[in-house]
Amino acid sequence: MSANSQTPKKNLLVRFLTMNTSGQTSGRDLPLWRQLLTQILCLFILFSVMFPIMYIVTLSLSSKTTRPSSLQLIPTEISFVAYKQVLDHPTGNPVSFIQLLRNSIGLSVGVGLVALLVAVTAAYSFSRFNFKMREVLMVLVFIPLLMPGVGLATPLYLLLNQLKIVDCGQGVTALLPWFACDGGLKGRLIFNLRDSLLGVGIAITAGALPFAIWNLKGYLDTIPKELEEAAAIDGADTNQTFWKIILPLAMPQLAVTFFIGFIGNWQEFVTSWLFLSQPKDYTLAMTLYNMTGQYASSIPWNRFAAMAVIVALPVAVVYIFLQKQIVGGLTTGGVKG
Amino acid sequence: MELANKKISGTKIKRNLLPYYYLVPAFLIMGVITFYPLIYQVIISFTNFETKHLLLGLNSPELKFVGLKNYIDIFTGALPVENFNFFRVLEFNFWWALSNVFLHVPAGVLIAVMLNTEGLWLKKLYRALYILPVVVPPIVVATVWRNIFDEQYGAMNQLLTSISILFGHLDPVHLRWLTEYTPPIPGFLPGAPLTLAYYAMMIANFWLGWPLMSVIATGALQSIPRDLYEAAAIDGATSFQQFRNITIPLLTPAMMPAAVYGFTITFNLFGLVFFMTGGGPARSTELLVTFAYNLVRNLRWFGVAAAFAVIIFFVALVVLLITNRITRATQSYSEA
Repeated sequence: MSANSQTPKKNLLVRFLTMNTSGQTSGRDLPLWRQLLTQILCLFILFSVMFPIMYIVTLSLSSKTTRPSSLQLIPTEISFVAYKQVLDHPTGNPVSFIQLLRNSIGLSVGVGLVALLVAVTAAYSFSRFNFKMREVLMVLVFIPLLMPGVGLATPLYLLLNQLKIVDCGQGVTALLPWFACDGGLKGRLIFNLRDSLLGVGIAITAGALPFAIWNLKGYLDTIPKELEEAAAIDGADTNQTFWKIILPLAMPQLAVTFFIGFIGNWQEFVTSWLFLSQPKDYTLAMTLYNMTGQYASSIPWNRFAAMAVIVALPVAVVYIFLQKQIVGGLTTGGVKG
Repeated sequence: MELANKKISGTKIKRNLLPYYYLVPAFLIMGVITFYPLIYQVIISFTNFETKHLLLGLNSPELKFVGLKNYIDIFTGALPVENFNFFRVLEFNFWWALSNVFLHVPAGVLIAVMLNTEGLWLKKLYRALYILPVVVPPIVVATVWRNIFDEQYGAMNQLLTSISILFGHLDPVHLRWLTEYTPPIPGFLPGAPLTLAYYAMMIANFWLGWPLMSVIATGALQSIPRDLYEAAAIDGATSFQQFRNITIPLLTPAMMPAAVYGFTITFNLFGLVFFMTGGGPARSTELLVTFAYNLVRNLRWFGVAAAFAVIIFFVALVVLLITNRITRATQSYSEA
């Protein structure tokens, strides 16, 4: 990539669109038959790419609540009935769209920020210091990455499930498992950490931290050491160097790590579907799942389609703006010893 | 850390502790919410942990340590679950990831090369639109394709119907994409039947997968110097020879990490499988991760699920060691 860098600062999408066509001798016209043949192929690929997108957009703009009986890929009407219905009444339960949105945003932004804050100092330590146990500790951080989401969610489900606030009656509250009600009373359950967004947030953070540490370490490694040495000569101690030099320089990568996390957490399903039982805690991804397949016999497909478009939008926007960084960060940077 | 050596010993000790201070927040939190649960998981994988033990956890009086029973049950298929065979799921899981990558990477490269043709009309438009699948979140893709493959109202059967009408067949196509058990090509993968649902998932994941590979390939194509092609053309190499002897070898270093990344993502592709088929029909499209999820969420056998998660961990470790070796081999190739 470095050899050809006339436009290094631009978004990958822009470069993708405006790049030079290398690999061909210049000035030679494409023979017409090859042009046409390639065009047919390109149009076919275009059709296959656009097929589900056009299908779902068309469906979402239709006012028909019956299921589609024939294929329609181009909207014949522009109706926002489905969008309005989804925004008014996203599920069969009395939960507002705003509530679902707040749950989704709270979870994805909260986890993203906490993971970042906690990870950055550890990443700095791994990147800049050479100390006993460094390798061991780094491997230790790597280990959870081998565990799929389900594997980490299960023990957390069991552990967080034991943490409860119980109303024992007579104005007494107890915090299980440390303080139980007197006389073996079961009491009335007020709060179960497992069945709450906070609990889901904790569980997702547990999975997000190792990735954040490794990803940030990979980036901090690329910041030249000379800067810190210069700062040290000027009398800055390590803490000052970290806050005044490393942190500002790492800001772009902190943002990218945050947004990669955001994209993932926005779609998080495994943990929230396992943990949460009350409709008021549901996220948008869970709602979308509830609208498909066997659960959805009563949900009109135009509403499902509208919901799909709504859930897709934030991720699509983030992705288009940060494509270069995300593709680059995932494929090349990231996890390196 | 040459600077440290020049300082007096008091600050030296403090300095030596500094890296650990920076690690404290992360390790404190990970200790509680990551490492402790993982150890807890290993412990309960040797127990018969079920729903009735949820309240007291390891303190439950009737919780029994069953030794390796959970592991043995999983490997021998002794779990009282219908249609479960660990090695079939494992085989299918590897085949699923491999077959996807072997389709996505070549398709991505070929389309990138095609769009690189000089003088092609509407090139920019194609590039802009081909990227759309990358932008849509996979969870949405999975739900949308789930409905596209609906046997009664799905767009796929409707599309096939309109195509078959062109050829004079007037009956509507009624493929049971996600529920038909009889494999369309019997015996294709020995031991693990590839049902129609597998092909449906392949189609959905192909749609999702090749554009990213195409973006990466385009970036790599850009860095191939044009002189190479000009020199080859002067020497009389055909465009196929140029493709085989210049493009492919120079793309390999960029495509290999991408392929490895694709493999690991596809190997644990929970969302698509869970949303489209739920592992069915008859567990024929079950991946290790979706089965683990079924064990926890539906069957609620936490002990068995923990053992299963530990097994997945070791499978992932083996996969990592293999892919790491592959990436490293191609890295040295690119530097040479």
